[in-house]
Amino acid sequence: MLPARFEYQIVSSVEEAVAAKTQGGDEARFLAGGQSLLPMMKLRFATPTHLVDINRISGLDTIERHNGHVEVGALVRHADVAASDQVSGVVASAAPWIADPLVRNLGTMCGSVAHCDPEGDWNTVLLATGAEVIAQGPAGRRMIAIDDFVVDFFTNSLADDEMVVALRIPAAAGASGGSYQKLERKVGDYATVGVAAHLELGADGRISAAGVAMTSVAPINCKARDAEALLVGNAPSAELFAEAGAAAAAASEPRDDVRGTARWKRQVVAAFTRRALTEAAEQAQS
Amino acid sequence: MEITVNINGTDHTADVEPRKLLVDHIRTDARLTGTHIGCDTTSCGVCTVLVDGKPVKSCTMLAVQADGRNVTTVEGLKSADGLHPIQQAFSDEHGLQCGFCTPAMMLVGAALIDENPNPSDDEIRWAISGNLCRCTGYMNIVKSIQAAAAVASNGAAGADA
Repeated sequence: MLPARFEYQIVSSVEEAVAAKTQGGDEARFLAGGQSLLPMMKLRFATPTHLVDINRISGLDTIERHNGHVEVGALVRHADVAASDQVSGVVASAAPWIADPLVRNLGTMCGSVAHCDPEGDWNTVLLATGAEVIAQGPAGRRMIAIDDFVVDFFTNSLADDEMVVALRIPAAAGASGGSYQKLERKVGDYATVGVAAHLELGADGRISAAGVAMTSVAPINCKARDAEALLVGNAPSAELFAEAGAAAAAASEPRDDVRGTARWKRQVVAAFTRRALTEAAEQAQS
Repeated sequence: MEITVNINGTDHTADVEPRKLLVDHIRTDARLTGTHIGCDTTSCGVCTVLVDGKPVKSCTMLAVQADGRNVTTVEGLKSADGLHPIQQAFSDEHGLQCGFCTPAMMLVGAALIDENPNPSDDEIRWAISGNLCRCTGYMNIVKSIQAAAAVASNGAAGADA
């Protein structure tokens, strides 16, 4: 299958990329890994008139740890995240579960986040960690909290002339841990259910911060806020995690589909939340 | 747009439309038809080639993106010394039936062994999890990659001695 015709432009700097996108407007798209965009273009679901290829911009392919956070550049592939010792917790846990090994060699984390597929895994992970998106436009850079970035399915809050240059994921100073649990029918399939959990423990051993988010069980990736509220201030325990699981299941809105019934998926949410929290706490305590 | 892609050590220059897929450049411009087209929707992996040593789906990459890069297809596995160990292993261990997925499986196997000379059963299955085979049930594919890895690590040990 061939995509519809488009103008193709290779850019060598973020400034050049932003200028090209500004000129092309909402009919222009950035090309990074292309593992979601090109399939959509081949099926003619997407017919951009301009493709701005950012793959030759240098300096965007790094994962760097700064004070209190990890920055993942726009050209970091899923496989790079999986292989990196700079990431930990729920991000490291989710990386091997993105798509399949071949797609992971080309697809980028930033591209996946910007794509806002409601059944994508990364936005769930970022919601659980409270990450931010660094966007650059003609006026400079701004930070967008992931909650504000994910607007709706396949819709982010970027302006037409803005580009995602990096993700900023908080790296807790104290004890922390995280886990992503994903049920998929086969490698490369969307999650039937996915749950991301991130925990931080205070000096007293109690949970000082908690993030729980879900994939494929609501119209878009979403947080389980009731579960998070239950966790904070309490000591990790099997009972607490079971309660949080029940709260997450209650907050989920799964639908009957080819992957299973809504009732069953809700049970999976409860079990996965419990498991993800248990793993997160074990990591934080070790 | 004029592009030059180094395929199996030879530069292939062609004037391509930006929307041309890498797999089509390989099959129609370079006339190397060992790289197959299966699902054409980024699912089956039979179009796998190595770009700068890494296995990717060539139906989901534009030819223009490969300009100036090194691509290895199944035709590039064989050397003057004969079959690549992964090819010999697929032959010895009956790692194929219809053969449609075989070029991709061998390239993924070769790339895995380059990176990890002693892969476990699980690591092999993980590495080929983006490649579908509808004949073999994968058993002999895994065995073939194991056999090739054993040859590669024996060879390396021999070279050290």
